[in-house]
Amino acid sequence: MTDTARLLQSRSFIELGARQRARALLDQGSFRELIGPFERMMSPWLPKQGIVTQADDGVVIAKGTIEGQPTVIAAIEGSFQGGSMGEVGGAKIAGALELAAEDNRNGIPTRAVLLLETGGVRLQEANLGLAAIAEIQAAIVDLRQYQPVIAVIAGPVGCFGGMSIAAGLCSYLIVTQEARLGLNGPQVIEQEAGIEEYDSRDRPFIWSLTGGEQRHVTGLVDAYVPDDTETIHAQIRTCFRQGKPALERSRRYAWFLDRLGRLEPEQPIDAVTVRDLYAAGDEGGVK
Amino acid sequence: METLKFEFPAGQSPRGRALVGGVGSGDLEVLLEPGEAGMLRLNVVTSVNGSAARWQNLFERMFREQTPPALNIEIHDFGATPGVVRLRLEQGLEELQLEGAFHD
Repeated sequence: MTDTARLLQSRSFIELGARQRARALLDQGSFRELIGPFERMMSPWLPKQGIVTQADDGVVIAKGTIEGQPTVIAAIEGSFQGGSMGEVGGAKIAGALELAAEDNRNGIPTRAVLLLETGGVRLQEANLGLAAIAEIQAAIVDLRQYQPVIAVIAGPVGCFGGMSIAAGLCSYLIVTQEARLGLNGPQVIEQEAGIEEYDSRDRPFIWSLTGGEQRHVTGLVDAYVPDDTETIHAQIRTCFRQGKPALERSRRYAWFLDRLGRLEPEQPIDAVTVRDLYAAGDEGGVK
Repeated sequence: METLKFEFPAGQSPRGRALVGGVGSGDLEVLLEPGEAGMLRLNVVTSVNGSAARWQNLFERMFREQTPPALNIEIHDFGATPGVVRLRLEQGLEELQLEGAFHD
């Protein structure tokens, strides 16, 4: 197949909005939205600061099935306030995950998929957003004992701040080339480190360090897929079929700490250095 | 940010509701729900101050051409141009028609 034919046949996942993404992943006809936009559960904090709200606070919670199994999807809308986590949107995600864990304790094997497009906490909502992220993290750790929790970072926003920790806690993490995963966003690092060391406008440089491909070869994510809805769907099904991992990545911290311990912070660290560091030896079971 | 309210004469109230767009840069979110028969009510929350006349003109031009259905429309605007606003409104009305056909 020529590149053009392949391009015309593929259906971009990145170009879909949060609601369309959730709909595309759930079995046809099974999509049911919880706390949808017509319930007007909006941020009480943004209007006080002169910022227009979105009716769903940028988070879509959808219940349905994948391959007939009960699944809840939490999809973040990256185009609304950078996908930032506020009180309402954060509580929607945490609540959905907590209910899924509750389902499992009651014998219903509900699983979860997180579609992450987020810069992290919504600064305008400060501690309320941070508290919500902490609740999301606790809920992921609770639910992953019963069922795999799968996160997808497709792009273009990426996943940063406290939500990058949430992504790291998931049973499986799927990314595209467009995805980025990092604790601090590029502009924050530039501000701290100086433009000489870290130029946030140098896109190839940024992606070489925090992009999906680099995160995959360094073992920080499980699957690296093209931006195609069917391929992402198939990868999610594969992860669910694998069941819970023997040991979650966040519980393999000793291996990662050992690797980080071998770094020489005085030397400039580039993408190749990081790859070599993580590639040497595979006793940690990194895929 | 400011909140604006508009009313226009309308036809019958449709079935169903629709949501189009989003509060992204240069875009807007439109929620359309059945309203009181004969009346179209629009509630606009916009990030652009001093734009009341522009919204009034846009709605007048649009609803003069064709009597709209009786709806309560809520708009969350993040700096959309009049062209984008009109496209989103037409998209919303079209989705309502599709939704209505589905119910019939």
